[in-house]
Amino acid sequence: MTKKRTGVFVCHCGTNIAATVDVARVAKEMAGEDSVAFTKEYVYMCSEPGQESVVQAIKDNKLDSIVVTCCSPNLHEKTFRDNAKRAGINNFTCEIANIREQCSWVHNDKAKGTEKAIKISRSVVRRVNRNQPLESIAVNVTRRAMVIGGGIAGIQAALDIANAGVEVVLVEKQATIGGRMLQLSETFPTLDCSQCVLSPKMVELKRHPKVKLMTYSEVQELAGSVGNFRVKILKKPTFVDPDKCKLCDECTAVCPVVVPNEYEINLTTRRAIYIPYAQSIPASYTLDESTCLGLNPVVCGKCKDVCEADAINYDMRPETVTEDVGAIVVATGFDLYDQANMPEMGGGKVEDVLDGLQFERLCSASGATGGHILRPSDHKEPKNVVFIQCVGSRDPAKHCAYCSKICCMYTAKHAQLYKHHVPDGRAYVFYIDIRSGGKGYEEFVQRTMEDNDTLYLRGRVSRLYRHNGKVRVLGTDTLSGQNVEIDADMVVLALAMVPSKGTTEIAKILKIGRDKDGFLAEAHPKLRPVESVTGGIYLAGAAQAPKDIPETVAQAGAAAAKVIALLSQSTLSRPPLIAKVRPSHCTGCGMCVDACPFLAIRLENGKAIVNEALCEGCGSCSATCLRAAIDVKNVTQLQIFEMIEACLA
Amino acid sequence: MSEQQNYEPRVVAFLCKWCSSAGSDLAGVSRIQYPANATPITIPCTGAVSPMYILSAFNKGADGVLVSGCHIGDCHYIEGNFLARRKMHLIMELLEFIGVEPNRFRMSWVSAAEGAKFAQVITDFVDDLKPLGPQEKLKKAERA
Ligand SMILES: Cc1cc2nc3c(=O)[nH]c(=O)nc-3n(C[C@H](O)[C@H](O)[C@H](O)COP(=O)(O)OP(=O)(O)OC[C@H]3O[C@@H](n4cnc5c(N)ncnc54)[C@H](O)[C@@H]3O)c2cc1C
Ligand code: SF4
Ligand code: SF4
Repeated sequence: MTKKRTGVFVCHCGTNIAATVDVARVAKEMAGEDSVAFTKEYVYMCSEPGQESVVQAIKDNKLDSIVVTCCSPNLHEKTFRDNAKRAGINNFTCEIANIREQCSWVHNDKAKGTEKAIKISRSVVRRVNRNQPLESIAVNVTRRAMVIGGGIAGIQAALDIANAGVEVVLVEKQATIGGRMLQLSETFPTLDCSQCVLSPKMVELKRHPKVKLMTYSEVQELAGSVGNFRVKILKKPTFVDPDKCKLCDECTAVCPVVVPNEYEINLTTRRAIYIPYAQSIPASYTLDESTCLGLNPVVCGKCKDVCEADAINYDMRPETVTEDVGAIVVATGFDLYDQANMPEMGGGKVEDVLDGLQFERLCSASGATGGHILRPSDHKEPKNVVFIQCVGSRDPAKHCAYCSKICCMYTAKHAQLYKHHVPDGRAYVFYIDIRSGGKGYEEFVQRTMEDNDTLYLRGRVSRLYRHNGKVRVLGTDTLSGQNVEIDADMVVLALAMVPSKGTTEIAKILKIGRDKDGFLAEAHPKLRPVESVTGGIYLAGAAQAPKDIPETVAQAGAAAAKVIALLSQSTLSRPPLIAKVRPSHCTGCGMCVDACPFLAIRLENGKAIVNEALCEGCGSCSATCLRAAIDVKNVTQLQIFEMIEACLA
Repeated sequence: MSEQQNYEPRVVAFLCKWCSSAGSDLAGVSRIQYPANATPITIPCTGAVSPMYILSAFNKGADGVLVSGCHIGDCHYIEGNFLARRKMHLIMELLEFIGVEPNRFRMSWVSAAEGAKFAQVITDFVDDLKPLGPQEKLKKAERA
């Protein structure tokens, strides 16, 4: 091996590194390494002059490899590899030593921090010493996209992608697209009708020549990687042919099965055969297999008998469909925090205590009460309503630690809607703070308080229970220091927004990370807010964090733009850090073949052979091979052994 | 006892790039302080950790070795951490067999979202290593 000429560039990161790591000493120690021909420290290596100095130093000193000791490789590995390339050397001979996140920021003791920074830097210098110049692998791109989740986030993302001329498959779990927005009545801060703005988009999506809509379907499996994913989808049978269904509603009239209607959040009932909403897309009925008496003319068969359009077919079966796409947007939305976790709020068992979405359905003209606010217990108009904010939010000890962000706004909206429906009624709002950042939002809340004469009480509710046909609410008003007791006709809880069950499921299937609260994790909180950590998988909407419709739409547009940019490339480059066999050492034992999770290795003439298109570079093979005959390029066993040595020197 | 209190165990920490290494980044971003005893080596997957790495670390004078990866079921490479877990049980047995305290070796599951947990794992491991004193059994004699 000819001796390397490595340059080491030590960044101060202002004082972020320099305050707790003696950067001059790190540079000096590295200068003592055999392979190091040049060292430099600088206050901001990633600044324009910093980057220029790297390029210049490579050229001036004929360096063949560089180590930048700075922040996490997630931030600037690409920056400095690009610089290496600009300076005329191979980008894979550049490596990052993370002495900020993994060192200076977590150790206040400068002496110890410096020692550790030296070990980290030295181990990376040793690794680079054996790095090979590599070329990225070019792969073709499948110019199609998939959107998972058909709420407003998914609809917007799919439309934006389709309008750019790229084919999109939208997979929605429910029998209709629309998501939560289809359940809302009016929306803050303008009070425009939710369905009126959403339905045209749903119809546009349905008719779009570039969109393939798959409702009542679930993603089951993902294979491949950015540019070339293969997705397996289960299409559940609806037992109704949407092309034949005339929406006459004859079937529901005869179906004998009555079950709670989940689309109306159990405020009403539906039949085993049903249509979620009048605005459903696809506009067709669905037969819910789990509640139907048996899909069997002998047992029941009433719906099939009555359907003149002959749209009902009991012989439909689940179907597995495979779609190839180059990029994926995940937009699987949110659920409300489960009231069962909150016995102090009645645990979901106290009559006339509703959640926010149920209140939306009461206000909605298409809802169970035809848009009249009537309380569930006796269908009377409630003359006083208590709205409680932050239920389950901002409570790290017992419930969710975070702020659900939109409840202040929708509670103000609910109070206004209530006063519009019941002008002589009284609305109370329990709140901790009012958070109304957003265009026109603060003004909206002020209007609720002033024009709509709503009584805002600052404080938490400690308990509520049924009392004399009403709901007794016990709380405190922390401004006056008084205990408050209200006998309310109805109570509405602004429950925390949590990741939907479908979000949890899809994260497991796609292997994308979630944050500490279970929302989908973005690749970087500031700079890469719509990307997951996995290349080619993007995030949009409330599945990523609580957010309102304007923010959801903006994020969906951003995710779509990322997809379009990705798919506008004819080829993508895949990192070449994949496995390589040394045939001279391989005995053909086949251990690696069994260890590889991607079935990328086969034996041929008694030697292991790696399929470069399939290998993901996980390294499972190299950890298994007893002969050290297989290694991942630039993360070889020899390199790791030398890194270990450097860490303990 | 006072000798043990001054003694600083030397730890090599193999961190999976997709989870624990990102978790250590998060600990950094959140400025959570933890002992500086563990030097990280980022690897593509815990499945890539050969038992030889662990023995080699002890051989070169490590007092403790940590392997930290994704939670079971969350492996970026489908089942890498599963393989790792199986291998690591073998390592524990092997260490015991050759007379090294098996708890000098530890495996943990830290996701990219668990910065505080990462810091805690290191803190606990260092605390637990201190009473064991320096690891001499596998350490090669200093080369002259
Ligand atoms: C009571 C209440 C009132 C609100 N009022 C307003 C308002 O006035 N103004 C405003 O701006 N915002 C309001 N919001 C917020 C608004 O509802 C959300 O911003 C919006 O619905 C988020 O859209 P989304 O597409 O991200 O998620 P969702 O609407 O939750 O849609 C997600 C979709 O994905 C589907 N899905 C889930 N998992 C899977 C899976 N694994 N596979 C396939 N599909 C899946 C779901 O079935 C659903 O159709 C309100 C929210 C609540 C709770
Ligand atoms: S495990 Fe090693 S020796 Fe066995 S087939 Fe694979 S590369 Fe060859
Ligand atoms: S690194 Fe080895 S085990 Fe991993 S995908 Fe490639 S060939 Fe398979």
